[in-house]
Amino acid sequence: MRIDLSPRTNRSRLMDGFAPILAFVVAVAIGGVVVAVMGRSPATAFVTYFIAPLSEVWSLQEVALKAAPLALIAIGLAFCFRANVWNIGAEGQFVIGGLFGGWIAVATHGAGGSTFWVLPLMLAVGTLAGVAYALIPAILKVWLGVSEILTSLMLVYVAELLLDYMARGPLRDPAGYNFPQSVTFDDAARLPYLMEGDTLHAGVLIALTAVVVATIVLARTLFGFEVRVVGASPRAARFAGFSDVRLTLAVFAVSGGAAGLAGIAEVAGKIGQLQPSISPGYGFTAIIVAFLGRLSPVGILVAALVIALTTIGGEGAQIDLKLPLDLTRAFQGLLLALVLGADALSRYRVLFVPGTAT
Amino acid sequence: MTLDVLQMVLVTIVAAATPLMIAALGELVVERSGVLNLGVEGMMVLGAATGFAVAVETGSTLVGALAGAGAGLALSALFGILTVVLAANQVASGLAMTILGLGLSGLVGASYVGMKREPAPHLTISGLTDFPGIGRLVFGQDAFVYAGFALVGGIAWFLWCTRAGLALRAIGDDHTSTHALGLQVRKVRFLAVLFGGACAGLAGAYLSLAYTPFWAPAMTAGRGWIALALVVFASWRPVRVMAGAMLFGGATVLQLHAQAAGFGLPGQALSALPYLATILALVLLSLGRRQGGSLAPASLGRVFTPFR
Amino acid sequence: MGIIKGVAVSLALALGISSVQAQEKPVGKLKVGFVYVGPVADFGYSFQHDQSRKALLAAMPDKVETSFLENVPEADSERSIESLARSGHQLIFTTSFGFMEPTLKVAKKFPKVKFEHATGYKRSANVSTYSARFYEGRYICGEIAGKLSKTGTLGYIASFPIPEVVSGINAFMLGAQSVNPNIKLKIVWVNTWFDPGKEAEAAKALLAQGADVLSQHTDSAAPLQEAEKQGKLAFGQSSDQMRFAPKAQLTSIVDDWDGYVINEAKAVLDGSWKSQDTWGGIKDGMVVLAPFANMPDDVKAKAEATKKAIADGTLHPFKGPVLKQDGTVAVKDGDNAPDPMILGMNWYVKGIEDKLPN
Repeated sequence: MRIDLSPRTNRSRLMDGFAPILAFVVAVAIGGVVVAVMGRSPATAFVTYFIAPLSEVWSLQEVALKAAPLALIAIGLAFCFRANVWNIGAEGQFVIGGLFGGWIAVATHGAGGSTFWVLPLMLAVGTLAGVAYALIPAILKVWLGVSEILTSLMLVYVAELLLDYMARGPLRDPAGYNFPQSVTFDDAARLPYLMEGDTLHAGVLIALTAVVVATIVLARTLFGFEVRVVGASPRAARFAGFSDVRLTLAVFAVSGGAAGLAGIAEVAGKIGQLQPSISPGYGFTAIIVAFLGRLSPVGILVAALVIALTTIGGEGAQIDLKLPLDLTRAFQGLLLALVLGADALSRYRVLFVPGTAT
Repeated sequence: MTLDVLQMVLVTIVAAATPLMIAALGELVVERSGVLNLGVEGMMVLGAATGFAVAVETGSTLVGALAGAGAGLALSALFGILTVVLAANQVASGLAMTILGLGLSGLVGASYVGMKREPAPHLTISGLTDFPGIGRLVFGQDAFVYAGFALVGGIAWFLWCTRAGLALRAIGDDHTSTHALGLQVRKVRFLAVLFGGACAGLAGAYLSLAYTPFWAPAMTAGRGWIALALVVFASWRPVRVMAGAMLFGGATVLQLHAQAAGFGLPGQALSALPYLATILALVLLSLGRRQGGSLAPASLGRVFTPFR
Repeated sequence: MGIIKGVAVSLALALGISSVQAQEKPVGKLKVGFVYVGPVADFGYSFQHDQSRKALLAAMPDKVETSFLENVPEADSERSIESLARSGHQLIFTTSFGFMEPTLKVAKKFPKVKFEHATGYKRSANVSTYSARFYEGRYICGEIAGKLSKTGTLGYIASFPIPEVVSGINAFMLGAQSVNPNIKLKIVWVNTWFDPGKEAEAAKALLAQGADVLSQHTDSAAPLQEAEKQGKLAFGQSSDQMRFAPKAQLTSIVDDWDGYVINEAKAVLDGSWKSQDTWGGIKDGMVVLAPFANMPDDVKAKAEATKKAIADGTLHPFKGPVLKQDGTVAVKDGDNAPDPMILGMNWYVKGIEDKLPN
């Protein structure tokens, strides 16, 4: 017997929406069994994971805060992935954006006079640093044909080690007992808070703006059209006279800039200083978010919120139910796998054909 | 440096290189078939946890090692179902496997924290193993090390001297044409993915059973990612993977030896070296080729469905 | 000197404000939260902190309940700390240096919750800091190692060049020099707190270069096991690791937070908690040495005597004269090194031939 996939000719919206929900239900069912085996009530666990974080203003803010960098990075990546260009080094671009943007804050620490320009400059430098770092694999690809998947991945580790070195060495707080972190940024170098309680910062607005802008660019501009055409049919794009080289550089720049901006927004918003590590893997998680969101800005926003929700619910489960963190991680991995699988099922019909496999 | 110190350094390098080599050889076969598996780290760490747990329960290192490989294989089967059978995106699926593997390994290993076992036994052949200078290096390793070297030869022979190997490489280079020729693209890829997962699991089991014989969460410490870099660095050739593993493992070991001998070097720069070396190798290899084409299997990472 | 000023300011701040703040007794069981940077299963630093959580539960099962969050990335810790504060925990231990700024920020929002930050140097009305004088234990280890080494060369596996690690190396060397003035110390920096493979490689390198007694400031038992395999000697780290190396472990510097954690919980329960800095040593039972083993009786007796002398204050590991590498006097004859000097230590003592990174 062999299994064949045949593309669904008329993809129904219903099926498209239903597939991830089905995956979610299956993941929750498996998770529920495991939780029951561990001697806890699956119903309580469900509430802790998925309902409790949505029931308080504070935790809603935290969900938004966690989702913002994921959404922003993933939206940038969506341009790449739609154009069949594989930037998987967003983590590195995020780190470089945070590092170089944060450098401005360290350099202007304690400066007198007017400081209104510090934050805009940080955001600009962070974004440009991300762009520049993303252009390394892009240029290697268009110039030498080197696989961008591999170079962008390798550069992640180089970026992380560079930040590690800078935070422990040159950018270390001189009055900080040699501990590996920079000075805490001045207020002029921090993103403003949006609500009382000093949790939700303006980085969330940047992510929301990105959703709107990306939706418009993809739907209404020539560049967006180019990206979509190249992705859907490279041959057609070539006939239309679109340049592969220019497009590769452009989408890498967009995704690197988005990741760099997310990086400096995280540093100037949440962290407020440079540390040897500034990302709990946002750049990699964002790749999954991009696919979960089916490479559409609005879908990505939803996917980012779901991932953020499970992370924060997982913390609640550790506190309230004493369930281990590893269970949350395993559940997240399982959920992602199932959604990716279900997504495929909504795109193809699976045929079981008797005979040999192909 | 006396001959014995030199030998000790070399023995250390070989031991450090072995997990990288085994995991990278598995990934090499996967990538040669056109699939990019970014879940190596997850499969490795799951192999380490399962291997140790089973070895403690059964008291057998061999059974533990097989269980470690089995765990990697099981996780890679899920990866194969997603990417090969259902044509889901390989990059996203691989990352999901890493998250899943890390989580599962923590759950599997939880009750084995703080336990220790005797390390996997080393070969001793009287007369040969004590031979000064090279005895321990050649005749005094554990079974994982010999298995690693056997894999190098075995995979090289398979890929270049057998029909199946030729088919696998052809599929990795052009899945559309090979499918048209009647080759079983997805079956070959699925088997390659399983083999890669088993190798990753075995490499993880080496860490928890032989190298540092205990289980600790996340004890692979990024070696799965280095293995990925290694495959590229070696331009998808088994013998070069072996050499590269010695180089990557050797760089760390020699740096530590240099420090012990009193020459300090900035640690971060050295840690970044494998990755920078890989990028440099990619660039040089591409420059060396007139066409500017890459050496990577041409279909690497691309989704295949028979109907495209 | 900036460091001294910083200590003075924060102390004044802490004392000044803490006397003003009203104390309230909690109702019902006291909920105590712990935030760990690593997994509780690391069998090192986080594991040892979790032991104190269990000890607290065992000591006062009717009066307290506990929660913990593990593997919390430092850059993403603010939410974790806040979620404990929000879920009714009235005493929260944040156990890694990198949690310093987030702890202070959350503490400001929750003035009635008491916070305990390990190894930091900034306090506020409701944030205490605590740490242990590990260098006292290191001195004794150095003495034992100096006595037992046949090659006259000791090995030290170091993580990152922060003051705690550097002062540990210095104390170890001073202890060794006190019994063997010509002792040599080889140091390997592995740039990680936890990587069993790399720690084992470092141990192999040190042993190959002639060191026959190893000390480590990294968290895994791998170096001990390596020493055991090669028939050499070593010291454990953070917890008693005898089970990993029954023939090699001489002793281990055990972080024993039990007494401190229980005391602080009691203080919160009876309303006497106040913000303070605790830097406890052997005398306070915070630094505990695992039973001396694998050494002759005379060495054991000497180690016990030194331990007693440090505990009763007649011996200070950094008693003058202490010379820096270049021969300049760091501590004058007759003086003891003041705490701020030890807290900010970024130089080696004379006799160490390594160069301090950064």
